[in-house]
Parts: sequence; C-alpha cells; structure tokens
Amino acid sequence: MASILAVDDSASMRQMVSFALKNAGHDVVEAVDGVDGLKAAKANKVSLVITDVNMPNMDGIALIRELRGLPDYKFTPILMLTTESAPHKKQEGKDAGATGWIVKPFDPDQLLATINKVLG
Amino acid sequence: MAIDITQFHETFFEESFEGLDIMESGLLNLDTGAADNDTVNSIFRAAHSIKGGSATFGFTEVAEFTHGMETLLDEMRDGSRDVTQTSVDALLQSVDCLREMLAASRDKTPIDTERAAVLKGELEAILASGTNGSTSESTHQEPATPSSESSASHEGWMIKFKPHHDMLRTGNDPVRMFRELGELGELSVVVDISQLPVLDDLDPEESYLSWELTLKSNVEIEKVKEIFEWVEDECDFVISEIKGEATEDSAKENITASIAEGEAASSTPTKPVNAKPATGAKTSASTDSASIRVSIDKVDALINMVGELVITQSMIGQLDCDFDDFDNSRMEKLRDGLTLLERNTRELQESVMRIRMLPISFAFNRFPRMVHDLCQKLDKKIELKTTGEQTELDKTVMEKIGDPLVHLVRNSIDHGIEMPEERLAANKPESGTIELNAFHKGGNIIIEIKDDGAGFNKDRIKEKAIERGLIASDEHLSDDKIYDLIFQPGFSTAEQLSDISGRGVGMDVVKRNIRELGGSIDVTSEEGNGTTFTIRLPLTLAILDGQLVCVGDEIYITPLVSIVESLQIKEEFVNNIAGQTELYKVREDYIPIVRMHDMFGIDVERKGLEGGLLVVVEGDGKKAGLLVDELLGQQQVVIKSLETNYKRVDGVSGATILGDGTVALILDVDGLIDLSRNPPTAGNKPDNLAREVA
Repeated sequence: MASILAVDDSASMRQMVSFALKNAGHDVVEAVDGVDGLKAAKANKVSLVITDVNMPNMDGIALIRELRGLPDYKFTPILMLTTESAPHKKQEGKDAGATGWIVKPFDPDQLLATINKVLG
Repeated sequence: MAIDITQFHETFFEESFEGLDIMESGLLNLDTGAADNDTVNSIFRAAHSIKGGSATFGFTEVAEFTHGMETLLDEMRDGSRDVTQTSVDALLQSVDCLREMLAASRDKTPIDTERAAVLKGELEAILASGTNGSTSESTHQEPATPSSESSASHEGWMIKFKPHHDMLRTGNDPVRMFRELGELGELSVVVDISQLPVLDDLDPEESYLSWELTLKSNVEIEKVKEIFEWVEDECDFVISEIKGEATEDSAKENITASIAEGEAASSTPTKPVNAKPATGAKTSASTDSASIRVSIDKVDALINMVGELVITQSMIGQLDCDFDDFDNSRMEKLRDGLTLLERNTRELQESVMRIRMLPISFAFNRFPRMVHDLCQKLDKKIELKTTGEQTELDKTVMEKIGDPLVHLVRNSIDHGIEMPEERLAANKPESGTIELNAFHKGGNIIIEIKDDGAGFNKDRIKEKAIERGLIASDEHLSDDKIYDLIFQPGFSTAEQLSDISGRGVGMDVVKRNIRELGGSIDVTSEEGNGTTFTIRLPLTLAILDGQLVCVGDEIYITPLVSIVESLQIKEEFVNNIAGQTELYKVREDYIPIVRMHDMFGIDVERKGLEGGLLVVVEGDGKKAGLLVDELLGQQQVVIKSLETNYKRVDGVSGATILGDGTVALILDVDGLIDLSRNPPTAGNKPDNLAREVA
C-alpha cells in the first residue's frame, strides 16, 4: 500500500489518523508540525501527505507551499484537515497547492474513503 | 471496519488538559490593549485543537462550548477584535468551565451544562458587540448554489469540465474525478484536444485538455459537485441536467473513451478498503490508572543501563564456575564483575527513580492564575516570579506538596503583601513581589516562598500566643521560636477574616503535611520587608539513606539525614531528673536518652549506660540520643510501608528487607522523640510489634 505522511500537532488526532491508516495497511510517517513534517517529507518520499492546518512553528499552509516547491512533491496529493469554522483556510490551502481537504470532525472510515480516492 | 476511537480518548484528555494550561498561562500573560500575537496564536491553537478533538471523539457539548471561545480568539488573532479585560476574563472562566467539562467527560459524570450555558452566553454577547473592522463574516460563505433542480426524474448530468493550465500542480488528477463519477452511474467521456500544443511547446506539467462528460444516473447534483469540490477554482465547470434523449452531438473531431480503458488504464482501479480487523483496538479500553509522561531521555538512560547490566552479567557468566581450579586471576575478575554489578545496579536504580520525577513546574503552574484572580479580588498588585521550574521532584511528593504550597502562597497574597497605597506610603514599589524558587541542596529539594510584604509582627504573634495560652506571658523567646508559633494549631494574626486564607487555620496542617513527606518547613521574616518560607523535601519517598544500628539481636535503620552525631557514653555526663528522665550532656545541650531496648522491648544483658553508644538524632527541631548497642554500616534501603502490610506503629516509619533477607524496621525519629516524652499506650507500643515481626 501507500506510504503516507500524517502531520498534526495534536497527539490524539495523530494517533487516530495513524492507527486508521496503518490498520488499512499503509505505511505511516508521523510529524508534529510543519517543520517536522517538511523534514520527514524530505527524508521519506511519501505518496500522500495529510496535514493539519493550525500548528505551531510552521502551519499546514506553509508546509504545503514548501512541499510544492520540492521536485519530489510537485504532484503528490496533499490533503489538509480543516474545520467548518474556517472556510477561508480552504482557499488559502488551495492557493498554496493543496489537493483537497478533509473536514473535521471525521471518523476513520471517512478518512479512509477520502484517501482512497486520491490514492486511486 | 469500525475502529474503536475510544482508545484515543486518554491521549485526547491528556493533551486537552495540557492545552488548557497553555491557554490559561497565555491568557494571564496577555497585555490587554497590546496583545502579543504569538501568545494569542498559541491560545487559539490550543482551543482549536480541543474543539477539533472533542468533535472528533464525540464530546459534542465540549466542542460546542469551545466553538465560542475559538471564534473570539480567532478575531483577536486576526486583529479584528481588541484584547479587552472583559474578554480575557470571560475566556479564563471558560477555561475553568472547559476543564470541568472535560474532567466530567473523562470520568463519565454529568456535565454542568448550566454554567456552560451562562458562559457561552457571555462569550456570545462579547462576539455580538462588534469588531474593529466590520468585515462581515458572510464574505466567506459559499456562493449560493443555483437553485438545484433536484427532481428525481432527470436521466443524468452533462458536465463540461475544463481544468485551468495549472490544476495538476495541486495534485488533482482528472482521472480520479472521472473514476469517482463512474461509480455514480454510466459515464461516457469525450475529450477535447483542440488546445493541445505541438510537442515542442508542450509543458508536461500543464493541463491542455477539456472534457465533456455524460453521466447517466439519477444522483443528486450535490453528489456530482462534491467530486469537483476540490478543484472548483481551478477549472471551468458547467453542469446541466439531461432531459429526454441524451444529446451526444459534439460535432468536433473527438476521441471517445470509456473511462475504464484509455488513459485511465495507467492507474489501477479503486480497490475496496482492505478490511483487516482492528486488532489493537481493545488494548487500552479506558484504563483509569494514573499515568506519567516520561521524557525519552530517561527511557533511553534506562535502556542503556539495562544494556550495561547485561554486559556485566555475561562477563561474570564467562567465569566458568569450576571451583576446583578457581585461581587468583579469576577471583580478581569476579571481584571486578561484582564491583561493576554494584555500580550498574545503583545507576539503574537511579534511572528508574528518575522516571517518577517531574519538573516542579507542574506544581508551580497553577500560581499565575491564582495570583491574578486574588489580586483582582483584593485590589492588590502582585508580580509572581518563579525560578527553578525544571527542578525535579517525585510525583507523589509533587501531588502532596500542592495544597500546602497553595496555602502558603495565598497567605502571602492575603496577609503578606500590603495594599498598593500602604506600600507606597512605606516607600516600597506599588506592586508587591512573590517569588517561588525551587532548587536542589544536598539530598533535598528546597522550595522557597518569598514575599516582600509587611513581614511578621513579632509583638502581635507573641500577644496572640499568650492570649491563646500557647506560651507564658513572661516567657522569653528567640525570633525563630516566635515564628514557629504560627505553626501551632488554631493560631492566627489576621486582623480581618477573609475567605481567601481563612484565619490561619491550616498552618499547622501545612507543617504536618510537609512532615509526612519527610520534609520540614522554616520561616524567616523581617518586619516591613517580607517573609520567606523554606520547605525542604526529600528527593524521593521510595529510598532512604540509612544507618544500620544494632539493639540486642535486632537491626534498626535510622535515616541518615536525622543523625547529628554518634558518641560513646561517659557516665559523668548522664543526669537524672525527677528520677525518671535521663539526660545526657552534649557540649552545651542536655538531650533526653531514649533506651531503644526498653522502647522496643528487647532483652539486653547490659543494663548500665557506661560504654553504650548514643546516636544523637534531630527531628522537628528537637534532639534526642538513641541508646544502641552497635553501629553497623550505612546503606540505601528501599522503604516498604508497614501500614499497608501490617499496621501503623508509633516510632516506626516503615520497614525494609536487608541483604540477608531479614526484615528491619526503619525508625521514625520524630515519632520516637515524641514517644520518649509521652510514653505510648499499651496497644500501640512498638515492643509488641518487634516481637511479632521478629
């Protein structure tokens, strides 16, 4: 299956995302913020990135922008985890190069359904 | 494949409570009017995470409540709302409320929805009170969908889809969308390649194609739009309903392709989700056991030590235990091995102990809020300074020292620091200072609570003590003794009662709690310049440095910290008073002699004192000499509770198991000194125990 990078500063969300993905047979690399995520993405070429938006040090939007600047991640699907309360974040994320988004709250099944779409 | 998300609850609660602490300290640090952006941001992020998590994990009430806070913080963050004291106070109260809601959710007890509703109302009122720039929120709303013709009678949808040149750069592949469409019904795709440039001009990273898609299906328009939701702004997209016969008359030279073949062949078709059972799901079904967060360094140190231990073990193991020709060189090796083993064991023990150690910031963290709240209540101005927050303390000690600390800090705020006008009149800065300092000293942790307030009024303390019959009116007391009076039960000098620190009730309890932890508390004060409380705590409760002493055939352990000196008794220094109490003259002091064999009911041949050993111990400011037969070695002992394994015994604080497997009792020096002054009642007399244990 695919190797996936999950970036979230919240340990519980990270755990849940990671557990669901691993459970579905994917390899998961975890990162706690944008800086960590960028480092992890450079170290492991993953085929999908799932990132939270609001994070310390480097937020999800900035991470997406950085990733799109890397030759390895020019076309890699990048999904952001957003909330209903911040619709403008979706636009910011899209402008930065996000493929799409998953709206919080979501359950593991919704997450898997969405990532299966982009992984094909 | 349902995954049981309750397994993540524990982590969620843990991080949420941490988030609340971040919010609280952040809010307390916010300067109203000129808020620091980073601080507001970190507060917002914490609220945001709690909201996201609580919604995800099904704590709807918490999520709804946090939403108001998040919105308010978001407006503060983007600068559209000033940070006012009102909003900060409302947010602080909301933090409290949220903490309770989360605790209730965790403990599965009912949530106090009333309080939440009141606070939510307050937040909403603040939100309704208008922002700086009147950016209406409606700008972010989704454009109204053209009145959806959701009559179920249609035959399908005709979609014109023309990606902008750079759509691929967001990782969106048209094939994915077509595949999803294909899942909704029968799909036919017509591609328009008219915009495709000649090869030399073609940039492979851009998109030149456009498509006309015909979907024969009675799904609703939303379903179709959803598929293109992510690329809404990156393509031209027109969707229309197919009525009657589908018109497939795009008269250009087109290539018709079914999605199942053609260019889609490059990617594998969708696979069903691999339905592996959620194996790990049952592992942590709401365990209530207290957990501790340990830094990786400590765990690494531990693993490292275990590694060393294994090496040592194999080193000794190599010494082939054929004792017939056990020559000197192998003896040497064995000795080396044992030395190494001893060192490994000690280091391993220390590493394990460190796991229980937490930085004292855990106990200090609650004070900024407390000082803030009390200052508002009392109209005082106080600055709180803390140092040594990283000093580590045993988790149990930490839990038990919390309340005494709160009491002392409250006292300093309430009784110590004066009102601003009084301070100005006394030529002091308007704002008072309370310092909380923690540091290591010897084998102890010292915590200082220092204020620059009014200090103790010695005369008033004395007056009060005489009034309460604690001392005689003509008694002459040193300063230290006077200050010690405040630790007497029921003592108070507060002019006015207040609901903040009561009326001195509790200083005796504070002292008792600290003593129960094996610590002590001292106070120094200077009238007009402030008061300093100094708490001394042992590093850990689990291990003790002990002096082994022999009484008859029994071995007892005296805590090394309480031993002042040991000396051989000379008859001429022994005095008897009132025929009963024996006193021994140590330089200028007379100290009572505690005959250990009498105390513990052990038969000893020698009845006289001459030549016996006296271990001078000090506890709670009082000294006594323990009469023992022999001093053995010093060693670290692991404390085992006597109470949980047997029962409480006066004069004994616990027991331990010695190297040879025998049980030895650990002496409670304070208790022994008290016992020597007030002989025990029959039931709890230690000698009963000595026999039973022996």
